[in-house]
Formats: sequence, C-alpha cells, structure tokens
Amino acid sequence: MPRPMSWGRLPHGAQQVVGLSSRFEPLPAAESMLPYGNGRSYGDVCLNDDGSLLATRRLDRFIAFDPASGVFECEAGVLFSEIIELVLPCGWFPPVTPGTSLLTLGGAIANDVHGKNHHRLGSFGNHLIEFELLRSSGEILLCSPQQNAGWFAATVGGMGLTGLIRRAKIQLRRVPGPWIRGDSLRFSGLGEFFALSRESDQDYEYTVSWIDCTASGARRGRGIFMRGNHAPASGRPPPASALRMPLTPPISLVNSPSLNAFNRLYFHRPSAQARDALWHYRPFFYPLDGIGNWNRMYGPGGFFQYQCVVPQSDAEAALNEMLTRIGRSGMGSFLAVLKTFGHLPSLGMMSFPRPGATLALDFPNGGAATLSLLESLDEITRSAGGAVYPAKDARMSAASFQQYFPAWRRFGEYVDPRFSSSFWRRVTKEPGNSI
Amino acid sequence: MRKILIMGATSAIAEATAREFARRGDALMLVGRSAERLQAIAADLKLRGAALAEVRVLDARDVDAYPALLDDAGRSLGGLDTALIAHGTLSDQAQCQLDAARMLEEFRINALSVMVLCTHLANRFEAQGQGTIAVISSVAGDRGRQSNYVYGSAKAAVTAFSSGLRQRLYPKGVRVVTIKPGFVDTPMTAAFKKGPLWASPPAVGKTIAQAMIRGTPVVYTPWFWWGIMAIIKAIPEFVFRRLKL
Repeated sequence: MPRPMSWGRLPHGAQQVVGLSSRFEPLPAAESMLPYGNGRSYGDVCLNDDGSLLATRRLDRFIAFDPASGVFECEAGVLFSEIIELVLPCGWFPPVTPGTSLLTLGGAIANDVHGKNHHRLGSFGNHLIEFELLRSSGEILLCSPQQNAGWFAATVGGMGLTGLIRRAKIQLRRVPGPWIRGDSLRFSGLGEFFALSRESDQDYEYTVSWIDCTASGARRGRGIFMRGNHAPASGRPPPASALRMPLTPPISLVNSPSLNAFNRLYFHRPSAQARDALWHYRPFFYPLDGIGNWNRMYGPGGFFQYQCVVPQSDAEAALNEMLTRIGRSGMGSFLAVLKTFGHLPSLGMMSFPRPGATLALDFPNGGAATLSLLESLDEITRSAGGAVYPAKDARMSAASFQQYFPAWRRFGEYVDPRFSSSFWRRVTKEPGNSI
Repeated sequence: MRKILIMGATSAIAEATAREFARRGDALMLVGRSAERLQAIAADLKLRGAALAEVRVLDARDVDAYPALLDDAGRSLGGLDTALIAHGTLSDQAQCQLDAARMLEEFRINALSVMVLCTHLANRFEAQGQGTIAVISSVAGDRGRQSNYVYGSAKAAVTAFSSGLRQRLYPKGVRVVTIKPGFVDTPMTAAFKKGPLWASPPAVGKTIAQAMIRGTPVVYTPWFWWGIMAIIKAIPEFVFRRLKL
C-alpha cells in the first residue's frame, strides 16, 4: 500500500506497514502495533508513529448473510460500500452509517460510528451481535454484550487498541430499496434548527443539517435541514461519479473567499428548499464519496476536523459562541454539519455519541492560528460538559480528553500491551499519567 | 456457466480472479494447502454469486494426485472447462544459489508441477474439444536476471511450455492463456518496498478473468509491463551482463 495517511493528511512520522491477508494468521512480532483499515478517520487515531500498522483491508471476505433475518457476518476489512452492494438488492442496509461508505467494518466498531439516525437507532455498536478479538498474547475472544462483556464494551469505540478485530456479525435493517424520501428546509438560525429537530425527530429516521459557518450577524446559524425516511420508489440510480482530485494542489483551495462564495451559493441554491424530495441513498448518505480524494483540496498541509457534542441544555448558547469565534477567525468550513443525538446509550466505554447536539467542521491546517482556534472551541466544549470525537481529532489536549472520556483509566486496563496509537500516546501522556 | 478449477486458490491473485468468476455465477473448485483458508474463501465466493465453491486440500507438489483431482472436479462441478494454475513460491535466490537441492525444489513447484497439470488438462480438454487453460507465469520469465534467475527460469519454462501448448491446442478449440503479472502487492511480495509500478490484486484479477473469457494468448498485467520487458529483452548481452538487475 502507499504511505499510510489519515484522512486529514496531516504530516506524521514513519511507520511500518504489515499487510494481513488471512484472518487465521497470528499477529506479527511487532512491539507496537495498531490495526489500520481504509484510513478514513481524520487525525492520528489510525496512526502509530514509529510503530507498526496492521493493514486490514485485505481481510475482506464475506462470511455469512441470511437474507431472511438480515444477520450478516464478514471480516473486519470489508468496506460499508461492499456490504451495501451485497445486501441492498435483498432489501437490507447497514443499521447505522456514517457520512462515508468507504470505511471498514473494523473501523466502524473501533470508532463506534454514528449516522443521521442516531436519535432513533443509536450508534453502530448498538447493532453488533458479536465480534472476534485477537490479542497479542494469541488469545482469541468472542465478544458480545453477553459474552466477554467487558471486552465488548472496551472494544466498541476502543480505537483499535484492545486487539485486532478479525470478524464481526451485525444485524442489518430492512429497507424497501435504495431511495430516501424527505424534505430539505432552510432555517435562519440555531433556534429554528432546534425547533425543526424536535419536530422532525419523531417522524423522520434521518435528520442532519448543513450550517453556513461564514454567515455572521443576523444570519449566523443559518443553514439547511434535511430529513428523510427509507421509502419505496422506482427510478434510475444516479450514475457513479468519476470525479476525483488527481493530485494535491500546492496550496489549500479552501480559503476565506472560496468559503464565503461556496457557503452563500450552497444556501441559496434552489434545491435547498424542497418538500417530498426523493434521494438515492448515495448522494443522501455519502455526498463526498463521489469525489475521490476530496481531502486533497486542502493542499499539502492537510486539514483538521473538529467534531464536538454538547449537552442539549446549553447547546444553543454553546454553539452560538462557537460560530461567533469561528466567524471572527475567518477560518471555516465547507462542511459544517449539525445534528442532535438521541438518548439511546452507546455500548462502548469510550464511545463518543451521547445526548446533545453535535457540530462537525473542517479547517485547513493553518498552523498555530488554527490550533489556537480549535483550543478555544475546546474551552466551550469543556465548560458545557461535552466531548470531542477522537476519530476526527489530531490535537486535543490530554486534559481535555481525560475530561471528555472519564472512563479512560478503566479502558486502559483493556488496552493490549503491544497495541498503541499516536492518538493514545498523545492523550495519555501528561505529567503524572503513565500508560 | 463456466466450471473452473483453481490451483493455488489461496493466492491473492487467484482469489481476486475467482471473485470475478463468482460474480458471473460460475462454478468453482478451489485447491490449496490450507483447509480453513480455502473454506473462508469458498464461503465468500458463494455469497458473491458462485454457483458452487468446492474445496480440495492438496499440495501442488503431489503431482501423482492430479488425474484423480481432475476426475473429482469433473464430477463435482458437472464438467470442467476452465483451469487457472496460480500456485507457486517466490524463490529465495541466494539460498537457491548455494543449494542445488533447494533450486530443484523451486523448479518442481514453479515449473514441473505446472507442466504436469497442463499435460493432463490439455489431453482432457483436447478430447472434449473445448476449454481454457490459464497459467500464471511472470515478467521474471522474460529474461534471466541475477537477482532471481531461479524463479525467472522456472517461469520461462512455464511461458515456453504454454506457448507450445497454445499452438498445439488452437485447432482443437482449446485456449491457452499465459499471464505475466508484474509487481503485485500480495503476501508473496510483502517484503518489497512498493512504488508506482505496483498493482493491486483486484485490478490484476479483473484483467486475468477478462483474458480467460476472451482467450487472449499472452497478457501482461498491468499492461505497461509489456513495454518494460520489451526494453529489458532488447538490451544486448554485452551490456546486460554488466548490469545489476
């Protein structure tokens, strides 16, 4: 494989790649290793500087699929896109999917990913029947909410640190076909967003909003609310896109003028307001999968993603303050995404999703200025009692992490002695802490 | 529906090719050394659409077992019309230089066993008046180089053997396909540093399946290896012998 990167393309150190090709293979003798799937997490949670990466993408065999019950089992390196290709023609779909279909099943478990239906179905771990975990000791643990329950809770959202997930069994959800029917609605501010959320979460399985983070003053917090349900319909699926970023431009294409122009156009485009619209699942769930290597548009320096969740009670004030600070900084994002999480508890002790509102933004890597903006967003998240998503993070402080994930010490007892990651070393390395 | 025997079915290239045939609903018999790996691959191929995915455990060096294997394949698949011979090892050149027995062993695996199987397949396919035999040779067989001439010469034997077989069987309606992969990112080549010349097994598998369906005589995969090898073959010996290739 080419040099392993995370999706944010931030600079990082060298690591040895060990390709796995059979799930029956033992682990290599490396001292420090970390499973690496398809490199879709953004920061350093999938990297292991100066250590080894276990490339799992070739563990890509289907194991079993029962079209009657929707129980599906495969190896950990299978992509969601490959699962969908197999199961959708039989009327099934992943119960929970993030905004890309190009992640592996192992990555989905390790980051306990969530999607636009969190308020209904929780995060991915809620639909796991069981998985097999290989420890560096050679021990093989079959984990489910009932069996090896401690290992199950540590491994769901466990960032690949508890051992190698070799295969997993999940419960799929029934769908009538590939179509989603719903509405796209403009809103003028955060208050309106929360009202729409309250109104829609009852009747719509999928809700998500795009927010214009370049808008200021009276327009601050404006955006587009999308809601939908799987629906029977017939039609031709959109052609597979051949767009891709063939190379990395020398500078970031994401800058203040391009952001302002994009956000304004996106907000005002006619299809932003549509009732009873019909979407194919690909543009609905995976709008960016159609543009290969879109992450290159941020230039050679890469980019940071910031995703936080803040509790519902302070959410409006906290998000308003974040948008104000981002607006003032002039840095911002094409892809500001806002959503409310539901109350179904995540099963992982390190899972990110929790009740509240979650905001996700991209920032081109502008060095110290970007880092200080992100730290100032963390101030707000910390004082609101929220959390930042490790799968997206490349910079949160150890103190922040330890506040966001109070179970981290207990989790540490499940971390395999020969597994580690750049992320884990960063957020646990603080004077007085040694893991 | 094709009825396909795959030797060395746990190799990454063979598995990727098998997926192409599975998608078309063909019937497959997978032969290799590891029962559990073969069974995992067979389960996957069935879910991908294979009409059948039978598994047989056999060491390719056991050439005496080939006639019975082909009988078995014909019975289990309801006939046999296609074979992909993909087994092999990447010889350790340094060890083969020091140890003639080791060199002979490498030849037995990479050349002789392939030629024995081709002989049995050729006679059967000739009698039934149709069939396709595909063998995985290598660009390394195009010219002996100091860095891997044991592996290369075994593959050269396979290339020449399959070329002759192709001529012999062409009038009989049997196609022989010689496949010459370049650098493919597989477990066999895990120890090498990868660069832009490296191809992925899925891409190579697609090319191989296509060539087998069309009956293409010789396939370089990826295609640009044809050009690279044309240049390497054109270098005169008085220059070539001084090179460190």
